[in-house]
Amino acid sequence: MLYREAGDFKTTYRDDGQTFPITLDRLGYYAILFVAVLIVPFVINDYWASAVLLPFLIYAIASIGLNILVGYAGQVSLGTGGFMAVGAYAVYKLMTAFPEVSVVIHILLAGGITALVGIAFGLPSLRIKGFYLAVATLAAQFFLVWLFNKVPWFYNYSASGQINAPERTVLGWAVTGPAASPSAKYLICLGFVIFAAWVARNLTRGMIGRKWMAIRDMDIAAEIIGVNPLSAKMTAFGVSSFFVGIAGALLFAVYLGAAEVTEAFGINKSFLVLFMVIIGGLGSIFGSFAGAAFLVLLPVLLKNVLVGVLGWPTDLAAHIELMIVGALIIFFLIVEPHGLARLWQLVKEKLRLWPFPH
Amino acid sequence: MKLKFASLVAAALMTAAPAMAELIVPNLSYRTGPYGANGTQYADGFNDYFTLLNERDGGIGGETISVPECETAYNTEKGVECYEATKDGALVFNPLSTGITYQLIPKVGVDKKVLYTPGYGRTSAKNGKVFEWVFNAPANYWDGASVAIKYLLDENGGDLNGKKIALVYHNSAYGKEPIRTLQELAKKHGFTLTEIPVEAPGQEQKSQWLQIRRDKPDYVLMWGWGVMNQVAIQEAANIRFPMENFIGIWWAGSELDVMPAGEGANGYKALTFNGVGMDYPIYDDLKTHVIDTGKASQGGEHVGSAVYSRGMYAAVVIAEAIRKAQELAGTSAITPEQLRDGFEQLDITPERLAEIGLPDFGPEIKLSCDNHGGSGMARIQQWDAAEKKWNLITEFMEPDAEVLDPLIAEDSAAYAQEAGVTERSCN
Repeated sequence: MLYREAGDFKTTYRDDGQTFPITLDRLGYYAILFVAVLIVPFVINDYWASAVLLPFLIYAIASIGLNILVGYAGQVSLGTGGFMAVGAYAVYKLMTAFPEVSVVIHILLAGGITALVGIAFGLPSLRIKGFYLAVATLAAQFFLVWLFNKVPWFYNYSASGQINAPERTVLGWAVTGPAASPSAKYLICLGFVIFAAWVARNLTRGMIGRKWMAIRDMDIAAEIIGVNPLSAKMTAFGVSSFFVGIAGALLFAVYLGAAEVTEAFGINKSFLVLFMVIIGGLGSIFGSFAGAAFLVLLPVLLKNVLVGVLGWPTDLAAHIELMIVGALIIFFLIVEPHGLARLWQLVKEKLRLWPFPH
Repeated sequence: MKLKFASLVAAALMTAAPAMAELIVPNLSYRTGPYGANGTQYADGFNDYFTLLNERDGGIGGETISVPECETAYNTEKGVECYEATKDGALVFNPLSTGITYQLIPKVGVDKKVLYTPGYGRTSAKNGKVFEWVFNAPANYWDGASVAIKYLLDENGGDLNGKKIALVYHNSAYGKEPIRTLQELAKKHGFTLTEIPVEAPGQEQKSQWLQIRRDKPDYVLMWGWGVMNQVAIQEAANIRFPMENFIGIWWAGSELDVMPAGEGANGYKALTFNGVGMDYPIYDDLKTHVIDTGKASQGGEHVGSAVYSRGMYAAVVIAEAIRKAQELAGTSAITPEQLRDGFEQLDITPERLAEIGLPDFGPEIKLSCDNHGGSGMARIQQWDAAEKKWNLITEFMEPDAEVLDPLIAEDSAAYAQEAGVTERSCN
């Protein structure tokens, strides 16, 4: 009744082509932006920032990145953890080598470096597809982690191989290091999330995105109608790795503050982000957020309910939590194999007809 | 859906807020994940000692101790979550993970909480001038490396020239810690050091032990944790490496590590900075007040094991520091700042240990403003597979300060420069 297209007249092509063509969607989007930018920073505390919102935002960037590659361009990748490590070590080297340059530029440059590495490891995708490509990217994962563990230059020759983020400021506010306030850390991540989602959304509905989707749906047909597979696949790897690199840089510099490559960027991270994309919905920006929310927030919520409210022993709660999250993943994939984004779409379609379905 | 999650999380948080009228010592434990078997025993020992104090003495100085537990699974991201969830009102953290420790070191300086990392964490935290809030007494990894070499020197009549020593290590921050020290010691004593990394978690070590079989080192040192130890000891037994020439760090010295290899593990040695076994008077009290009343952590099935003892020892040191802090501050409800002062004035004499019911259990600990690591003394224990118990075979030995002090000064200076910390003066 409230959520409908009827009566929502578009008089220009511009109106017709906007991201949120339905008024209520658009208002909802503005409302979320308003709350996220102007209200949350004033009420956020350390726990909410470090345990809930920062990981959610950072993983959202990573899954947007991976979604471009897997969901839009159809190239399966298991190298996300390795590419995040590239972002993290790039930002670490840049932060320590050029302390006077703004950390925002460092994070963007780290994304750029990761994009180059991603393109290099994406080259095999021109020859191989599907599972074989997944194995090739798996090699990237193991090689990159090994490299950052092996070569002391990457961790500035510290005794233990750990990297620590020094304090850096943006407009006078510390955003990395221990003294950074929760709202500053939150805002910097939020800024990158909005940037990433905006760029990704507009890329995917433009010519580049259509090329990616053509390649994904049938690469030979795409080639026949004039899509260059080299440029399409390489841009997909590049743009995807750019976002994944930014996510890795933020994960290390803003969220964790210290990292060890084998522990923080292992194969588990690759699977985690891939699951976010699959559960959220392949080929959907909203799905990237939904998947990140599902896999980041649900365990924290379960832990707080089981240990905090019910007072269960921590190990029992940890095991039950794994079982519940696993069962829910299976449940969602059975009920809706196309992910949470598709579920959301169905809800919206039902809402348009409500209360008078045919 | 997101909103619903958020409101439920909020509800959960509000109900989980801790009561404030007691001293809070969070236990960031891990009972799940690849290192859960060891983490469980440690957490039990840690919990049980505070339960004993609460039950027997009504806490410390009349204040009961609350030990909220939080599961980290040895994972740094969960570690952050646990730290943020438990830090309100908390006095001291003991995360039992070198990775989480590295993350918390800068944070505790800002939040003004004490970080106590006995036998793990960042070695150079011994330098209290740089690491104001971190304590790693009674011993750290470099002490361990040095004591192990010292023991080997004693075994060889003071001369290790031309000997080959292999270091099998967990390829992580934890395992890499001793390398620098061992390299220095190799230069000083003329032995050759071979570094053999094992990828975490360490179930697969065939190639490493093949290399050892080929190179035939005289001694093997091991920096391992969890399943890596069991596999290494089994592999060493398989290649018939003489077990008495195989020495593990204290984290590679639990019953769990040697039991799977059965008879083959007989004679395996490990460092330790605390006593082992149940021959201490404290276990009588523990039995009366904690185990028999059913208050033991997770049923008390690990009481007396090597890692349990170490968890209990960590709790003993923290309790003594709280006692000292109360004495200095003249109040029983101390703040983390006062606890830090308590740690810096800490003096656990052998007499005091005997009073607690743990005679000769640990080395004497005497800390100061610039020394947060104590004497660094450790001893060697040896596994007796027939009796299924650890036997202490040496007295406490001092590490080689001549080698360690410059390394600690160098590493802490590097940290101070990187993190922008100015050394405080300790006069």
